Amino acid sequence: MRASPKLIVMGGSWGGIQASLSVLTDLPVSYSIPVILVLHRLRNQEGSLQDIFGRKLLLRTVEVEEKEPALPGHVYLAPANYHVLLEKDHTFSLDDSEQENYSRPSIDVTFASAADVFGENTVGILLSGASRDGSSGLNYIFEKGGMAIAQDPHEAEVATMPQAAIDSIPGCTVMNVARIKEFLLSLHEH
Amino acid sequence: MKPKTDELFEQEVEALIQDIHTQYGYDFSGYARASVYRRVKRFLGQKHLPGMEALRDRLFSDSFFFENFLQEITVNVTEMFRDPTFFLSLRQNVLPILSTYPFIKIWDAGCSTGEELFSLAILLQEEGLLGRTKIYATDINQKVLKQAKEGIFPASSMAAYAAAYYAAGGKRDFAEYYTSNYGSVKFNASLVRNVVFYPHNLASDTSFNEFHLVVCRNVLIYFNRQLQERVFNLFDESLVSLGYLALGKKETLAMSGISPRYDIVDKSNRIYRKVS
Repeated sequence: MRASPKLIVMGGSWGGIQASLSVLTDLPVSYSIPVILVLHRLRNQEGSLQDIFGRKLLLRTVEVEEKEPALPGHVYLAPANYHVLLEKDHTFSLDDSEQENYSRPSIDVTFASAADVFGENTVGILLSGASRDGSSGLNYIFEKGGMAIAQDPHEAEVATMPQAAIDSIPGCTVMNVARIKEFLLSLHEH
Repeated sequence: MKPKTDELFEQEVEALIQDIHTQYGYDFSGYARASVYRRVKRFLGQKHLPGMEALRDRLFSDSFFFENFLQEITVNVTEMFRDPTFFLSLRQNVLPILSTYPFIKIWDAGCSTGEELFSLAILLQEEGLLGRTKIYATDINQKVLKQAKEGIFPASSMAAYAAAYYAAGGKRDFAEYYTSNYGSVKFNASLVRNVVFYPHNLASDTSFNEFHLVVCRNVLIYFNRQLQERVFNLFDESLVSLGYLALGKKETLAMSGISPRYDIVDKSNRIYRKVS
């Protein structure tokens, strides 16, 4: 590996909840890299997403609060109706500007912002989804020297999203959920 | 982009922020940077400008172009009855108390193009309070204030707004509040009869009146902690004792120095009350 990962950003849409739960479920509470998770969800819907993740994961699941720092041992969920951005000091900013790819939160927005701050230390993972959101952001991560991973479209509940990434990013690594999980565990510093 | 060009871009934005302050008097130094960078990049793309140098040339030679830039940099995305539970809570928890005053004053700070303002006015009308309420609607941007005054919104948004209106406890046929015309709707001017529109810059201007309710939603997220604190103090000075402060769903008073003087009225809808 060229760079040591310092941030994991993960995105998904249709089928993304299940896929991300599977990927994250065994990561230890002491996991050394913060994880940001952007999932599309229905607008103006009060989410129990945090409860679902909270019950299944060892990691602490919290909804992103602005100005809070991204810390290890946490999964940060993008709140409904806001884009999630990162500042140079690794704190979060929220943004309620235009939807991107008909989405807010948008995966592209968070991926690009993460790559601006963490550069080659960024790992981007795009999971199942019926949207094209995430591809350009994942490509941007790759261009900045970070790692671009797409869920194997054959396994994804909806292939559109990972397939769009694979088609547009030559250096995209394709992995199934089990392999992504294994890879993330291998990054953990004890 | 290589890291070096990133750094250069950021330096250029910092220089731009300083020069805008000098030339136009708008101070963006307290704005959270991630969003500013994103907005500037977006604006460059929209206007097909090759880089920061070209942007500077246009901005400092053309004040209309600057107005345009200002509108893009300060996010003006808004909708009617956004977060319906907030408006429902206002209706149930705040307006009944405000109704005990003979005269009500409300500050809608950062009113943008007016969607929130008209939502508030509709709520007040239905609770029988609009006639004795004066709303001060302010924004940093004169152009959006003009739009807010007109109350003309795209007809295509009305279905979603109507749904949000009913979720917010709406009591009438939503279409009663506007007339449709050529893909647009115009909201009844009577709703904003008692509204005064003022340019006001939260980053530099002072308190100008006392209010029973200050509504400022999804504005503070764009500010750094220091500027947020300035604005909280400004709101504190502008609220009567027992007045209410309403913030956006992801904004909180918790970290602020004024927070000990405030009670939480509705935690999830971020409504606070000044108690001392």
